[in-house]
Amino acid sequence: MAKTVNLMIDDRPVSVPAGTLIVDAAKKIGNDIPVFCYHPKMEPVGMCRMCLVEIGRPVIDRATGQPQTNPDGTPVLQFGPKLDTACTTPVSEGMVVRTGTSKVVDARRDVLEFLLTSHPLDCPICDKGGECPLQNLTMAHGPGKSRFLFDDKIHLAKHYPLGDLIYLDRERCIQCARCIRFEDELAGDPVIGFSQRGRRLEIVTYSEPGFDSVFSGNTTDICPVGALTTADFRFAARPWELKHSPSICTHCPVGCNLTINVRREAISSGKSVVKRVMPRQNEEVNEIWICDKGRFAYHFAESPDRLVTPLVRKNGELSAASWEEALDLVADRLKQAGANSLALAGGSLANEDLFNLHQLMQGVGGQAVQYTHMSGGEYTAAFGLSEGSNIGTMGAETAIVVVASDLYQEAPVWYLRVRAAAKRGATLIVVNPRETALDSAAHQVVRYAYGDEAATVRALQSGSEDAALKAAAEAVGKAENVVIFFGSEGLGLEGSRALAEACAGLLQAGGHTGRPNNGLVGVWPKANNQGAYELGFAPAADLADAIKKAALVYIAAADPAGDDPALAEALNATSFVVVQELFLTETALRADVVLPVQSFIEREGTFTSGERRVQRFYPAVSAFKGPRPDFAIAALVGQRLGLSLEGRVPSLLMLRIANSVPAYAGLDYPKISAVHEQWPVVHRGDLFYGGTSYENRQGLGVQLKANGALPPVAPAAAPFIPLPAAGQVLVAPVTRLYDRGRTVTPSVLLHAHLAGPDLHMHPQTATKLGLQHLAAVELTLAGKTYVVTVKWDDTLPAGVATLPRSVGVPFFAPAAVTVALATETTGVQ
Amino acid sequence: MSEQAYVLLRHRSIPDIGKLDVYRQHQGFEAFKKAVTSMKAIDLVNEVKASGLRGRGGAGFPTGVKWSFLPDNLWPHYVVCNADESEPGTFKDREMLESNPFQLLEGVMLCAYAVGARSAYIYLRGEFWQIAGQLDRQIAELEAAGLLGDNLFGSDYSLRLYTHLGAGAYICGEETALLESLEGKLGQPRLRPPFPAIYGLYGKPTVINNVETLANLPPIILNGANWYHQWGTEKSPGVKIFSLSGRVNKPGNYELPLGATFRDLIYKYGGGIPDGKAIKAIMPAGASSSIITATDEALDTPMDYESVAKLGSALGSASVIVVDETVNMAWLVNKTVNFFKHESCGKCTPCREGTYWMDHVIRRVVSGEGELDDIDLLNNVASQIVGKCLCALGDFSTMAVTTSIKQFRADFESALQNGRAPSAERELSPAHTTDNADLGVGTQSQTGTDGGAGR
Repeated sequence: MAKTVNLMIDDRPVSVPAGTLIVDAAKKIGNDIPVFCYHPKMEPVGMCRMCLVEIGRPVIDRATGQPQTNPDGTPVLQFGPKLDTACTTPVSEGMVVRTGTSKVVDARRDVLEFLLTSHPLDCPICDKGGECPLQNLTMAHGPGKSRFLFDDKIHLAKHYPLGDLIYLDRERCIQCARCIRFEDELAGDPVIGFSQRGRRLEIVTYSEPGFDSVFSGNTTDICPVGALTTADFRFAARPWELKHSPSICTHCPVGCNLTINVRREAISSGKSVVKRVMPRQNEEVNEIWICDKGRFAYHFAESPDRLVTPLVRKNGELSAASWEEALDLVADRLKQAGANSLALAGGSLANEDLFNLHQLMQGVGGQAVQYTHMSGGEYTAAFGLSEGSNIGTMGAETAIVVVASDLYQEAPVWYLRVRAAAKRGATLIVVNPRETALDSAAHQVVRYAYGDEAATVRALQSGSEDAALKAAAEAVGKAENVVIFFGSEGLGLEGSRALAEACAGLLQAGGHTGRPNNGLVGVWPKANNQGAYELGFAPAADLADAIKKAALVYIAAADPAGDDPALAEALNATSFVVVQELFLTETALRADVVLPVQSFIEREGTFTSGERRVQRFYPAVSAFKGPRPDFAIAALVGQRLGLSLEGRVPSLLMLRIANSVPAYAGLDYPKISAVHEQWPVVHRGDLFYGGTSYENRQGLGVQLKANGALPPVAPAAAPFIPLPAAGQVLVAPVTRLYDRGRTVTPSVLLHAHLAGPDLHMHPQTATKLGLQHLAAVELTLAGKTYVVTVKWDDTLPAGVATLPRSVGVPFFAPAAVTVALATETTGVQ
Repeated sequence: MSEQAYVLLRHRSIPDIGKLDVYRQHQGFEAFKKAVTSMKAIDLVNEVKASGLRGRGGAGFPTGVKWSFLPDNLWPHYVVCNADESEPGTFKDREMLESNPFQLLEGVMLCAYAVGARSAYIYLRGEFWQIAGQLDRQIAELEAAGLLGDNLFGSDYSLRLYTHLGAGAYICGEETALLESLEGKLGQPRLRPPFPAIYGLYGKPTVINNVETLANLPPIILNGANWYHQWGTEKSPGVKIFSLSGRVNKPGNYELPLGATFRDLIYKYGGGIPDGKAIKAIMPAGASSSIITATDEALDTPMDYESVAKLGSALGSASVIVVDETVNMAWLVNKTVNFFKHESCGKCTPCREGTYWMDHVIRRVVSGEGELDDIDLLNNVASQIVGKCLCALGDFSTMAVTTSIKQFRADFESALQNGRAPSAERELSPAHTTDNADLGVGTQSQTGTDGGAGR
């Protein structure tokens, strides 16, 4: 621990760890020193000069080494000839800081007057107006009038698209470089920077396409003026019109805390409409950041394509039905099917939904199956992170292993936080078949061939001749704490399970289980796969077979028919299919009963994040008429079967979960909703400090206790990696952030970013197959042909290709495929 | 100073000293050989400390002391020669670089040896591209001659020199902005501390010395510290090149002992003021000078670091610009403000916005479109900048403004009353000025990326 330093700030004593900057020390006692360029998450630069203060230091007697004292016993102080920046000066013992003297007051007014000479003062049409640090600080410290002639103001571009998501207003920019530093230091995406100099200094983008970073939206939160705005929110509403509701992001297992801003609009018949999604501070989860998918991919929840009435198949056609009719029918058929029932639950369901669905299946003796392409949850449930774990506290004592995951694409905020941990001294080991963005922050990069994941992880334990592996193994062996993130790069169910098993073995052998900041984290495809595993939903080894054998399949939040023709076929063969859905998916089209559900913005519930943190989301808008929450539907069906299922409110359901699932023992909504003070302080009063990320007053969540023991499980089978025949190539499925899933495609804004059917391969591999860059090729898989585009990519190893998931080619594990140049007659499938 | 006694401008007495063989005939690289073969690094540092040599770039910090700040436990060390000579009115380094380059190169090499650097960089302003080409050829000659490279003189010491061209920014003469630029980044000053001696080029301990400072090293090492004390004052020993320009009959570089008076420089060596006009003011350190009213007391002040400071100004890089009675100070301030507006890097608010604002106000004043209040506004804006910036450029931009208004307020008032500044000033530019007649001083052209020097 750093030693404590005592100082006085405006006659108030403050004790803070050595190394603390004056601006932060003052913040601790509620003295808000104004800043523009300083941000508590980034290195200080001292360029805006807004935080100038008077600093006095005790004069040390050279002979005695003791502070000199005045006759009255007070220490003799020496003040500098100039004011100093509070944001760059660390505290020192006996320091006296004055933030309210006329010198300081004048300096603040002077700097603000300077800033405003070039500022367009277009607050009435500025999106930042109402939550603008420049506006607020001008009111607090600025001059009432400017002596600068208004006509002399500089005029610059006002609608400059840095990328298609972020617009720059060059007149409003005050050159604080927060955006540049965020992208450079924290995001590791140095895609924007300054060009020119002096008053011509301007933000430019270096990347093609512009501002190519999945974290770009965060720069609009920390921009202290209205220079950076999102294409989504600009000119959409004024901040003071917005209501804010706490929520949790549903796109990935990180579980970023969100605030959903809504406004009632006449144009929408007086309904509440989501205007923007903002980060909500949780220093143990997402700090004050979210990725652009979380920020911009919310439109699905308000899509006009949402289902609103139950549908029942009559005479071969799905027709609208009453809830009573639909529920009665489902209950009736479920009773008939009994133990031949199968529930198939997706990883985006809330804990409460999953629990009720599980109870329902237990009630009829059916089977509860998780719909996912990634397995291994029994290992994360047993050896996952537990109470007290926080990536934000990991440092030199920790080794972080990221294996088979392109974390930047699969869980961006984990990427950001793991990167920061590595900067703080944690040993980061990236184990992946191809180069990923995280490599740049890694201390050790280990490569392997697709299929060798588990073996490579075992070699981290048993040792290896390979130098990189050996160094990585040593680092893991030495570390006090070890965390392993495993993903599904090139992996299907078999492969991910084998990998999880190997990872669990490594952690167990080193004693890295059951302790805070130790354990196994699944980089799951959905927000609540971890919860599904904890609550008893395991994937089926052969899902098509399981579906075929079931008399009734009850599907919630999953679209197997849309993902995989084999599953569609299996569903066609099933006698009765019930689907709980937001949309009329391929699966819903094959259903006998379709039950419309509420989206996450209309209801409440909890998710269990990949770090095993249970977090609450709250209703943000009034519910659509018609749809019901998943847990309530399951309860209503259960009640018809005489089962005692809770369907009223999720908080009551959580009590039941706590009573019957050991990992959740003792949990209740008040505990999940508890908050404690977080650092840095971000709240509505001083937006200039932390940005517009919302304060968390609605719950930091609760991390599950360590399970510690693995229930008996069958050993994982080695995954089958096909050997490509002549003319074939091994294609591995990879995850891209902007997938073509149903929850992303309704956000038109992101269309240019969506993963396409791009077959990436090394130029050498492509040349051998005679494939030019950007060539359209026919890819034949399981007898079907798909048209994909070849992309030369020298970050790939030779001999393999990658293809994103969700782009319409149904494959879930590495496959040997035939590729041939597309002929003109080929239709796109 | 007699011609034989040149310490720095030796090409004036030995015309071909820019050729390696000629330089070697005149004790060239003997100091370096002596150092590498018979001296420890610490001996060099101590010798330079004892010589009292102070940095010639402007700050006047003792060179040997600066070297001794480099920590022994952080490696590698780097040496950077600051050849970004950009101060309007300063043209001394250019003459050294063009005509006596080997003495500078030897100085760089001595400095590198003294601090244990095995790579040294010569950072030149972008306009010196031709000099950079010459230096590259001269470095190649030194490598061919075995004076640079691996295992010099059979020792285990190896050294390489590299040149690097800036892109035309005044701010890159500031040492931390120079480092940023040298690293390939935007030239903006760094936060200090940490200082370059600890965290310099590529985050490693680095010495940055001016061309003239380094050029002093070979004779000091060869002849010893005491030899150097034969010139100058106790606290400012040695010789200095004074760049003389402005309204003076014989502008140019003059190598004189520190402590020579302004009067000697301007009248004895510079030949006095054209047309017998009276001297009005002196800018002792280029555009960033505090203006000195040319009283007899001022003219008789010795030009050393302490004495000029007593006049409320600074010796800086000793680029003395002479202002005569025909010059309206508002016109002059317009030029300096415009320069700093153009050269502000934009990092700090007060300098970025303040120079821009001052430029608007002073333009109104000299065009006669302003009001009397504008003089106070200008003074006030300047005062608002002072003491609030990260580097010295902000303060520099205000020096001529505040000191001129204080001493020559009537000039501003007359400019306001008479409209366009009097024609006499339009004819100010002496015949010798090059392509920057606008500034009225003998400097290299200041060029920028945006061509916004005018309006």
